[in-house]
Amino acid sequence: MTEPVLSVRNLQVEFAARRGTLRAIDGVSFDIAKGEVLGVVGESGAGKSVTGLAVIGLIDPPGRIAGGEIRLAGLRIDNLPPEEMRRVRGKRIGMIFQDPLTSLNPLYKVGDQIVETIRTHLNLSESAARRRAIDLLAEVGIPAPEKRIDGYPHEFSGGMRQRVVIALAICAEPELIIADEPTTALDVSVQAQIISLIKRLGRDHGTAVMLVTHDMGVIAETSDRVAVMYAGRVAEIGPVQDVVKNPLHPYAKGLMGAIPTLAGEDKRLVQIPGSMPRLSAIPRGCSFNPRCASAFDRCRVDRPEPLSRGTQSVACHLYDTAPAETAA
Amino acid sequence: MLAFTLRRAIQAIGVMIAVGIIAFSMFRFAGDPVNQMVGMDTSGAERAAIRKSLGLDDPVIVQFGRYIGNAAQFKFGVSYQFRLPVTNLLIERMPATLELAICATIFAMVSGILMGVYSALRRDSWLAHVFQAVSLIGISLPTFLIGVLMIYLFSVTLGWLPSFGRGDVVHIGWWTTGLLTLTGLKALIMPSITLGLFQMTLIMRLVRAEMLEVMRTDYIRFARARGLTTRAIHFGHALRNTLVPVITVAGLQFGSVIAFAIITETVFQWPGMGLLFVQAVQNVDIPIMAAYLMMVSLIFVTINLVVDILYTIVDPRLRSTVSQAH
Amino acid sequence: MSEAVVPHPTEKRPAAAPGWFRRALDSDLFYSFRRSKITMIAAGVTLLFFLVAIFASALSVQNPFDPAQLQLMNSRISPLWTADGQSPFLLGTDEQGRDVLSAILYGLRISLLVGVLGVVLSGAIGILLGLTAGYFGGAVDGLIMRIADVQLSFPAILIALLINGIAKSVFGNKLDEMSMLAVLVFAIGLSFWVQYARTVRGSVLVEKNKDYVAAAQLIGLPAPVIMLRHVLPNTTGPVLVIATINLALAIITEATLSFLGSGMPETMPSLGTLIRIGNGYLFAGEWWIVAFPGLALAALILSINLLGDWLRDALNPKLR
Repeated sequence: MTEPVLSVRNLQVEFAARRGTLRAIDGVSFDIAKGEVLGVVGESGAGKSVTGLAVIGLIDPPGRIAGGEIRLAGLRIDNLPPEEMRRVRGKRIGMIFQDPLTSLNPLYKVGDQIVETIRTHLNLSESAARRRAIDLLAEVGIPAPEKRIDGYPHEFSGGMRQRVVIALAICAEPELIIADEPTTALDVSVQAQIISLIKRLGRDHGTAVMLVTHDMGVIAETSDRVAVMYAGRVAEIGPVQDVVKNPLHPYAKGLMGAIPTLAGEDKRLVQIPGSMPRLSAIPRGCSFNPRCASAFDRCRVDRPEPLSRGTQSVACHLYDTAPAETAA
Repeated sequence: MLAFTLRRAIQAIGVMIAVGIIAFSMFRFAGDPVNQMVGMDTSGAERAAIRKSLGLDDPVIVQFGRYIGNAAQFKFGVSYQFRLPVTNLLIERMPATLELAICATIFAMVSGILMGVYSALRRDSWLAHVFQAVSLIGISLPTFLIGVLMIYLFSVTLGWLPSFGRGDVVHIGWWTTGLLTLTGLKALIMPSITLGLFQMTLIMRLVRAEMLEVMRTDYIRFARARGLTTRAIHFGHALRNTLVPVITVAGLQFGSVIAFAIITETVFQWPGMGLLFVQAVQNVDIPIMAAYLMMVSLIFVTINLVVDILYTIVDPRLRSTVSQAH
Repeated sequence: MSEAVVPHPTEKRPAAAPGWFRRALDSDLFYSFRRSKITMIAAGVTLLFFLVAIFASALSVQNPFDPAQLQLMNSRISPLWTADGQSPFLLGTDEQGRDVLSAILYGLRISLLVGVLGVVLSGAIGILLGLTAGYFGGAVDGLIMRIADVQLSFPAILIALLINGIAKSVFGNKLDEMSMLAVLVFAIGLSFWVQYARTVRGSVLVEKNKDYVAAAQLIGLPAPVIMLRHVLPNTTGPVLVIATINLALAIITEATLSFLGSGMPETMPSLGTLIRIGNGYLFAGEWWIVAFPGLALAALILSINLLGDWLRDALNPKLR
């Protein structure tokens, strides 16, 4: 297999707070291959967005990357000098944020913002950059791009603005796109369009996509693989069909049980009792143990490390001692 | 857009009429104008004649109409003290005040924005703390005390700068300017700084607060995620968005600068409208006081109007909502 | 057992609780202490100024307002620590043989008196107009608030100067000292009422639609009385903050008016008048006549401003 586009190993992110250091990300590892869409799912506060920000190098003080490494096509990027990392952002990694309404500078025409980004990363003339900007707008599905390019952000609808944001993210042909809840702020009808757009762009350009969302439905629809995050750790990671059909981690099971399906309408949706711990009060052992129905003594003492189970990888003690019999 | 401007213009005229009523009441009811104009030994008949010639026997509403009508043509009567038309006195002194106010505003804007941007971008540097301390002093020290302090330092002790007056001025038509001579420029330095210091503090605090606010916005985060250079982010995106409210405040403050020039002009014996006004207050020269009030109000109202229109030009969101709303 | 329950946000784990709690307490205490240290100094300085102003006559070597006590042979003596210093004139004397320290103490008294009375008057006017505007609404409200808007766009010093000029015109140019003091209080009172009126009006508008006002009317109690009982306590915080900040502004305004020659006369000087007098001797090298009153004024205003800032943060009302 060729080298993955993105390789994250044992990533740790800490935030210095007045009452000590909070660990937002604790030992996260995953790969994304060329053209692959990795869905990252979890409750809010699980560390999904922070992971995305860490990859693109936008963790601001008081936060910092405290350990581990991030490699982009083999090049280590977590310790790059700021100016070099700046050149990676936008050029080799594109990012899409949650809220298209606030992601664009309201005082600049969308075309100027695209041209500015293109010319920051590619050696193009003003007019060539403008032509490229029009092509990009056309590619992300904005009608009459040669006219809309001179519009201001407030003249676009939410969905159209998110398309502009996507055009900005891909304008320098990045190898990796990080999409942080790209559809959460949009109308349901527009969500599907944006999702299929991201999927299509990934396929057409061979771009790797890291899709951060709390919506399992979106992941099931778009992703090749999925990473389930809980309290700053990856609970389970694997091909999306396998994880959806046969989740191993008790938390993943709960999460899949919480998806309504058309087929099984008579089944009650499963709830996970309780809520995710705050960063300042993460329990000892497995961080999920207070909410876990299958927790046993070891879960309250030992922190589980990822274990390989077929195509999936799961961080749970249930699969450690006697794999064959406990896998339900 | 046009309707918006028109509505603002009507509001402005309303304010001017209100100020006109105040100015007229001052002129008409605060003391007897005739008493101010004549000596002790003037006879009753003579007084009555003057009364009649001034039209003081007409109904109040007629007098008011006449006053406003004259004011609209910039006729504010005759100064009790100088026995000259007030308009001439004000026009003669206006260039001095405007030049001072403009220089002070430029000083305040440039240094205020620079200091504000610096303290926002390098929040914990020692220089930012110095700026914060300066701003506290700028707010706490009365203007006249700063002026006196500067005179003591730069005129009395060091002898670098003149302590009073405008220096040599050049006449360009009816306008006089101190900007074209060395002594004129030197004379401008201290009054401009003294007058601008308070506004500078204000602008600096505003720029700092706004910039910090803007730096936290999503579009700045997204600009960083797009890999734009720090310079482009700070000065292209953040500063431009910061300047929108700053322009408004600074513009609105220009009127206050002219009014505050009263103090600075007194400290530095600057031959402007403010000094004339202070002398008028001391000598109870009501026509000058009333005319000054009208002039300053006119400047205020005009600036408010201009800033409103300017605001819609700078901020495209406002431009279209305004045009959509009407 | 305790490990098995879901950690509640406010619940601390038993093992970590004492250390966490103490550290938090310590750090918060440290923070507030560090912040209030400046405030405490400011409060101390302000209090000191008020005390020396009240006991000015006991602390002074002479009554600077009494021409009989001034001797021309004592004029222009430099401060005590300089070569030409003479006892008992610690900070030197001015042209008329007036002891600078005594003049500052008495001048401080005038400045504070005008400032406090001006703030009280402007507060009374503002609260009254705010209540009226909020309670009656409609045209009355419109009129009062329009006046407030227009007045707010003019600097207070300009309005104070105008009122001053009108008063002189009405009462004649030669006012005695106490009348001048009253004119200043009046000018300041009329210049600074707007902020109070806006705050109080806002609070009235909030209270007006509450059920208890209707209920009170039902049982026959006059609504204004009931509202007053609720509105005034609600606005105490903001009004106090405005009053503190306005005290500094009022003192500056009085000093400025006096400096401009439209305030306290030289026979009964405030700090501003003293600076005006001293300004005339700056070129002769007699810096102490202007420096010490200036220093006193600056320290006083700085202290009150710091107190006001702290008060605003502490009470955190929505100003602006």
